Amino acid sequence: MTRRLAIAIFALTLLLLALIRASTGAMSNPFADEQALGVWVSAALTLCMLSFLYGDNPFFKFAENVFVGVSAACWMVMAFWRALVPNLLGNLAPEVPVALFGMDLPLDVGVGRRLLYVVPLLLGLMLLTRFHPRGRAISAWALAFIIGTTAGLRFVTYLGSDFLAQIHNTIQPLVVLRDGAFDARATLSVVVLTAGVLCAMAYFYFSREQKGLLGAASRVGIWILMITFGASFGYTVMGRVALLVARMEFLLRDWLGFL
Amino acid sequence: MHRAVPFAITFVTACVLICAALVPPVESIREEFTLFFDILAAFAFLLGGASLLGQHAAKIHRQAKGWAYSAVCLVSFLTTLVLGLLKTGGEGGLGGSVTGEGTVLAWIYEYVLGPCGATIMSLLAFYVASASFRAFRVRTVEATVMLVTAFVVLVGRTFLGGLISAWLPPSLEWLGIANGVQWIMSVPITAGNRAIMIGVALGIISTSLKVMLGIDRTYLGEDA
Repeated sequence: MTRRLAIAIFALTLLLLALIRASTGAMSNPFADEQALGVWVSAALTLCMLSFLYGDNPFFKFAENVFVGVSAACWMVMAFWRALVPNLLGNLAPEVPVALFGMDLPLDVGVGRRLLYVVPLLLGLMLLTRFHPRGRAISAWALAFIIGTTAGLRFVTYLGSDFLAQIHNTIQPLVVLRDGAFDARATLSVVVLTAGVLCAMAYFYFSREQKGLLGAASRVGIWILMITFGASFGYTVMGRVALLVARMEFLLRDWLGFL
Repeated sequence: MHRAVPFAITFVTACVLICAALVPPVESIREEFTLFFDILAAFAFLLGGASLLGQHAAKIHRQAKGWAYSAVCLVSFLTTLVLGLLKTGGEGGLGGSVTGEGTVLAWIYEYVLGPCGATIMSLLAFYVASASFRAFRVRTVEATVMLVTAFVVLVGRTFLGGLISAWLPPSLEWLGIANGVQWIMSVPITAGNRAIMIGVALGIISTSLKVMLGIDRTYLGEDA
């Protein structure tokens, strides 16, 4: 109840401010140019989205559906102009986009390459057969290619850059010497880092009951993981608050003309 | 037949890509397959858009509860789609950049998509705060460690961290909260992240192998 009251007071204050600023001519005319219109549209959508703090309401639902529709269309448009036209048509029949859209694409594509790009065209068309109830088996072929490509690419990438690279970075000398002298702080850091990795991994080892040495290591591992999650949590809070501040700054400076 | 062909495609595609990583002369296959993948992803976007259109159109046709919001969704979808595909407002007509200066799509991105996305994300600031309050009420040692770390990182990464440690003499500067946060970030958090990354990598490698060898067939709508 207190939260709702606070949000209602905030909304009313904002509305009052907008009315005062508009009456004194401090806010831009929304129909002055496309940028001014954009600021008003953006402010209205921001307020509609923020209204969710009051609970699910028609303003939020309106903004939510606009967001869904616009983002789906944006991704489709990007996919068409940035993947289908240059990558598929540009290799299959570059003359078509050059003649139809006046695009700047190389025309010297060999016959072999043109024939090769029939494969993604066919797979793409197979994917679209999913719309038909009897086309699911055909669309599975395209899906199989997507899954196979993902599996092949991820296997190599994660094996090299995550698994092996992380193990390689962890295996370091446990005693650090600087200019021939023992460096206690650096040594402590390396020991904590190595022990931390081993203990945190011990927590994920479920093939044996976690008791004795393994259990102790696992308990330390939980602490290490909690510290990691705590830092991620802190950064997430910082990021979200920064976004909120940016939205408030937009409303107060760009829209209402304060600051 | 309807099972064997997809298995064969998955197996051959994955094997070719793994071999391409090991045999430098055929490395270019990886780039070609990545392009094929992008093209198929574009077709998948068409599929998704058509599905969205079908679902909402059906809802409007049935006049189901909340059909007016479906109409809002469809209108914004179709308007953006048509204006974006025609590259309206941009220089160079259909041959120009789709998000170039002056295009309607760039305007929509700047004044509709960006602000909506940022506001939804910023709403999480409120819910994250209430989540941390609830986590603190659990009163376990682990939850306390997590929240204390979050608090220390938050303080250490803002101007407050510098203010709190300002009284320390230069010889004890390393005990300052900013340096403490730096140590936490580079030692225990690196250790935790490393263990998670190794675990994730092992999980992805084993999943990839299961998919390649046909042990995991869930993507075909079958039980594993």
